[in-house]
Amino acid sequence: MATLFHNLQDLRHTASLATKVFIQRDYSEGTLCRFHTKFPAELDSRIERTLFEETIKTLNNYYAEAEKIGGRSYLEGCLACASAYIIFLCMETRYEKVLKKISTYIQEQNEKIYAPRGLLITDPIERGMRVIEISIFEDRSSSESSSSSSTTSSSSAR
Amino acid sequence: MSQLILAYYNCLYTPISRSAVWNFTQRMHFGIAEHMRECEYSQISTRSSTPMESPHKRRTMKKKWQVFPGRNKFYCDGRIMMARQTGVFYLTLVLIVVTSGLFFTFDCPFLANTLTPAIPVIGGVLFSFVLGTLLRTSFSDPGVLPRATPDEAADLERQIDIANGSSSTGYRPPPRTREVTINGQTVKLKYCFTCKIFRPPRASHCSLCDNCVERFDHHCPWVGNCVGKRNYRFFYMFILSLSFLTIFIFAFVITHIIMQSHKKGFLTALKDSPASVLEVVVCFFSVWSIVGLSGFHTYLIGSNQTTNEDIKGSWSTKRGKENYNPYSYGNIFTNCCAALCGPLPPSLIDRRGFVLPDTPQPAPPTNGITMYGATQSQTHMCDQDQCIQSTKFILQAAATPLLQSEQPVVMADDSSLPGRTAIGGPCTLLPLGQPTPPTSTPNLSCEPEMPHQSHPATEGHHHFLTPDEAPSPPGMLPCGSPLGHSHTMPFYNPASQDSLHEDSVRGLVKLSSV
Repeated sequence: MATLFHNLQDLRHTASLATKVFIQRDYSEGTLCRFHTKFPAELDSRIERTLFEETIKTLNNYYAEAEKIGGRSYLEGCLACASAYIIFLCMETRYEKVLKKISTYIQEQNEKIYAPRGLLITDPIERGMRVIEISIFEDRSSSESSSSSSTTSSSSAR
Repeated sequence: MSQLILAYYNCLYTPISRSAVWNFTQRMHFGIAEHMRECEYSQISTRSSTPMESPHKRRTMKKKWQVFPGRNKFYCDGRIMMARQTGVFYLTLVLIVVTSGLFFTFDCPFLANTLTPAIPVIGGVLFSFVLGTLLRTSFSDPGVLPRATPDEAADLERQIDIANGSSSTGYRPPPRTREVTINGQTVKLKYCFTCKIFRPPRASHCSLCDNCVERFDHHCPWVGNCVGKRNYRFFYMFILSLSFLTIFIFAFVITHIIMQSHKKGFLTALKDSPASVLEVVVCFFSVWSIVGLSGFHTYLIGSNQTTNEDIKGSWSTKRGKENYNPYSYGNIFTNCCAALCGPLPPSLIDRRGFVLPDTPQPAPPTNGITMYGATQSQTHMCDQDQCIQSTKFILQAAATPLLQSEQPVVMADDSSLPGRTAIGGPCTLLPLGQPTPPTSTPNLSCEPEMPHQSHPATEGHHHFLTPDEAPSPPGMLPCGSPLGHSHTMPFYNPASQDSLHEDSVRGLVKLSSV
């Protein structure tokens, strides 16, 4: 199916949710936030592998940056402790700043890459940082015959 | 009884032409053999349109803390989050405030005059630090993991079925685990049946709060909350500063008594300041446990372990020569810095956000409890629906032998049903299910006393709760009824109103014939 959606609005109005793919957390490096970069089979016909891996790797890098333990985080921690954590009423933590960057990045990726392919990434923070949820949309406006023919062709191809 | 039935009947069969919409509440009085009930009517509003519409069109949307599935209490519109049992926390607060208050009132004037005015100043700083860290530990989110959405849960189940094969031997499938290698160590990730997720490493399910908590240390009744990833540093600061405060007060009260006894004699000195005696007693008994606890947690921080792991001996060399802690950074200094000064992750549960109608709600726990409020996220809720639900509920409760096939529908945390403290239902009447409200109003009157509350004398002796390994938290269903954990309670579907109507009528007819 090569239906193109011009933007997210089109996607929401004309498309119906077909299925969701969940990218699970990768705990091989401990409790740091990382997601598996393995390409899920359901997205095979939808998006190029390189684009997908690029997105996941960038997200992983952002999370690593947020959780990085170094001079800056120590300074922030000590300052917060000294001020009895009142400072957090005025200032955002570094983690929150990075999370905002991640939200912007995901939105940008959705608009430029994923929505035109009928996909939508949900920010992991909305799923408790457990999974990256990728919703796969089918074009509702296309007739039943085309969707059924696509399923038969895809099943025969396997 | 018959009057009540008539009242229900009237409520159900409100003719469409009637303009008033009735809201009724009811209470159940436990322990009364005849199950006497009161029915109060209060008219909400009169409308000329159909009564099927909600009278509150612009009904305020629910906030996520109001539909939170765990067993927590929320205050200040979701800003403050605590465990359900907070009695011991108030005791802690009282002990600290009273002892410090007595110190500042009775001992500090003498000490400030005789020795140095720095004593009350330092005492004051310590005291405020102790209070600040205590409140911060108690009120913050320990790192609760939100439960899986239905889609996620279904996806995981599918993956597990593929992995295990489709054999289903026995009542419950074997515990689900996933193995992962972290820094060379094999760690097993367990599946949480309540939250429907594979727990991240170091996370554990707190049976008291009914939540999975990241980097779960222990549930502390003295603090009234779990201690986990997000509040461990505050907890450590609290016990450390409390040790200093206790030692400080103890030392200076002893100094005060000694100095007074040089002038007047020991017994006269004691008689003159009885408060000092009380302070000495409290401090003496506290100092051992609190200083001991601080030392223990200093060790844990240095080796980057949680209380949970230490108790279980997860990384102990006794288990095997190759066993080591994969989370440790290698040296004590880095471990300490990471635990205390590392980045503070934000709360994952977004307590004060609004529940959106199209947001996927978490899957209900499979221990027979339906989160009605979580599923009914529609903002329009007809009061007639409430009527029907309340009726159904009461009929279920009162006539369980008659309606054994029915599933009880749990009431939402709705402001129009204020009697929900009573809706918890006595154990004897509800063998089918224990409704647990999403918020924390203590409604289960037949709850057993928590084991940790049997040690009030030993301050600082924490009840180290090993995390619940069983699929559903044991002992949390107060009457211990294993409700068949595979029971998935049906969600209330507004479209099935007609069937509910019929059921209710059937129930009414049966009752009236008794």
